[in-house]
Amino acid sequence: MSAQGAASSAVSASGLTAALGRVAVGSQAMALAELRKLRHDHLDVFTRSVQPLLWLFIFGTALRHNRALTIGRLDYRAYLAPGVMAQAALFIAIFFGLAVIWERDVGQLQRLLATALPRSAIVLGKAVGACVRALVQALLLLIVLAVTGIPVRWTAGGVIGTLAMLMLGTGAFACMSMLLAAAVKERERFMGIGQLVMMPLFFASSALYPLSIMPSGLRVIARINPLTYEVQGLRQMLVGVGGRGELWLDFLVVIAFFALMLAAATRAYPKAIL
Amino acid sequence: MTGDFDTPAVLVDDLVVRFGELEAVGGVSFAVPPGQVFGLLGPNGAGKTTTIRVLTTLLSPTSGRGLVAGFDVRRQSLQVRASIGYVPQAISVDGALTALENLDFYARVTGVPARERRERIERVIEDMDLESMLERLARTLSGGMLRRLEIASALLNRPAVLFLDEPTVGLDPTARQVVWARLRALREQAGTTILFTTHVMEEAERYCERLAIMDLGQLVEQGEPAEICRRHRVGSLEEVFTKVTGRRIDEHRQGRLRDVRAGRSIVRRLG
Repeated sequence: MSAQGAASSAVSASGLTAALGRVAVGSQAMALAELRKLRHDHLDVFTRSVQPLLWLFIFGTALRHNRALTIGRLDYRAYLAPGVMAQAALFIAIFFGLAVIWERDVGQLQRLLATALPRSAIVLGKAVGACVRALVQALLLLIVLAVTGIPVRWTAGGVIGTLAMLMLGTGAFACMSMLLAAAVKERERFMGIGQLVMMPLFFASSALYPLSIMPSGLRVIARINPLTYEVQGLRQMLVGVGGRGELWLDFLVVIAFFALMLAAATRAYPKAIL
Repeated sequence: MTGDFDTPAVLVDDLVVRFGELEAVGGVSFAVPPGQVFGLLGPNGAGKTTTIRVLTTLLSPTSGRGLVAGFDVRRQSLQVRASIGYVPQAISVDGALTALENLDFYARVTGVPARERRERIERVIEDMDLESMLERLARTLSGGMLRRLEIASALLNRPAVLFLDEPTVGLDPTARQVVWARLRALREQAGTTILFTTHVMEEAERYCERLAIMDLGQLVEQGEPAEICRRHRVGSLEEVFTKVTGRRIDEHRQGRLRDVRAGRSIVRRLG
C-alpha cells in the first residue's frame, strides 16, 4: 500500500471512529433523557405497568386451565408472560412515533437535526429512548413474576438474554414507528394507523397462543411477523419453551429486522418529518 | 471554528427555495460579517424561516449557495451544524426535563467534550441568568425564561453563528428586553455572529447592526437601519416597508403561506 493510501485509510478509519463516537454519545444522551423523564413522572411508569398486569392476571388466569394454549406443559400465565412483556414493549415502541411527531410540531426535532449528530444517531437515540422505557416496564413485570411465584426460569443468562431480545425488538419497532411518523406526519392520523399496525402484529404472533393452534393462513402470517420471533426468543429464555427451540434464529430475525428498520428510518424520517 | 477566516460568517448568494409551484425564497443574496447582529425582517410568509432553515441545513436549496462559517450548507452540512447554534420559533426545549437537564442534554448532543461539559453549562447559566430556574421542569417556566434557556442551550457548543427564529415572539416587553440585554452582552463578550428573524420593526431598528427586509420571498432592501431610513427619506423601518412593498407589515397577504410546514401541509392537502 502506498503512503498516500495508508494515510487515506487512517483518515477514513479515524472519521469512522469519530462518527461512531457521535452515534454513541447521542444515543446515550437520549437514553439518559428518557430515564430522567421517567424519574419525574412516576405516575407514567405506574399506569403503563397496569396494562400488562391486567393481561397476565385477568386474561392469563381466565384461560389458565385451557391446556390447548400451552400444549399442556406449563402454567398459562408463565407461557403468557413473555408475550405480555413483548406486547407492552410493542405498545411503547409503536406509539413512540407519536411523541416524535409532537417533537416535530414543537421544534425539538428541528433543534436536534441542526446539531452535528449524524441522522442515524438521532434515529438510534430515539429507538434507545423507547428501549429504556420498555426495559423499566419489563423489570417491573419480572419483579411481579418473582413475587407472585409464576414459574419462570430464573437464570442470569436467561434474564439478560430476555432483556437483550426485548431491547432489540423494541428498537426495531420504534424505528418502524418513526417510518410511519415520517409518512403520516399528523398526530390524529397516526393514532389510527398505529392501532391498525399494532393489533395485527400482536394477534398474528405467538404472543397469546402457540402457532400450532392457528389456522394455516394465519400461521403463515405469524411466521413472517418479526414479533413472533421476538416472543419465541423471550419464551425460550424465560420459560424454556419456544417455537422450535432455535434461539439463534429468533435473534437473527430480530437483529436483521432492527438493522433494516434502522436503515429505512434513517433514510426516510429526518427529511420527511420536516 | 470557521472554514476560512476571510469569508463572511454567513453568505447567501442567489438562494432559491421552491416547494412544488410555490417559490418560498426567490433569488435572495446577503452577507453577514463575523460578529455582527443581522436581522431578517418581514411579515409572515416572507421567506425568513425558510432562509434560516437552509442556513441551518434543515432544508436543501433549490438553487443558489449558502455559506455558514465558511462551510457550504449543501456539501459540508455536518461542519455547518457543528459551527452553529439554532433556536427555532417553536419552543424546542423538553418540557418534561428540568432546565439543568435540558442544558446537559444539549451539551451532550452538540458534542461538548465530557471534561468541559460542566464548565460550559455553568458559563451559559451565568450568561443567561438561569440560576433560579435550574431545578424547575421546563414546562413550568415563563415564556421569557424559556427563551433564555433555549438560547443558553444553543450556546453550549460555542457557535460561530447563532440563528434565532423570531426569538422574542410572544414575550412581553420586559422579557423581550431581558433577552436582548443578554444577547448583546454575549455578542460583546464572545463576538458571536447573530442572525435573527423578526416581524417587529421596532426590535429590528433597535438591535440590528444591519438588516435585510424580505417580502414574498424576495429581498427588497438591506443595509444599516438608519442608513435605510435615510435612503428612503422616512423616519422608521415601518415606513420603509410600506414604501417598498406598497402595504403595511401587519397587513395579511391573502394566498401567501405562513411558513414551510404550513405550506407543505397545504400542498399535501391540495395534492
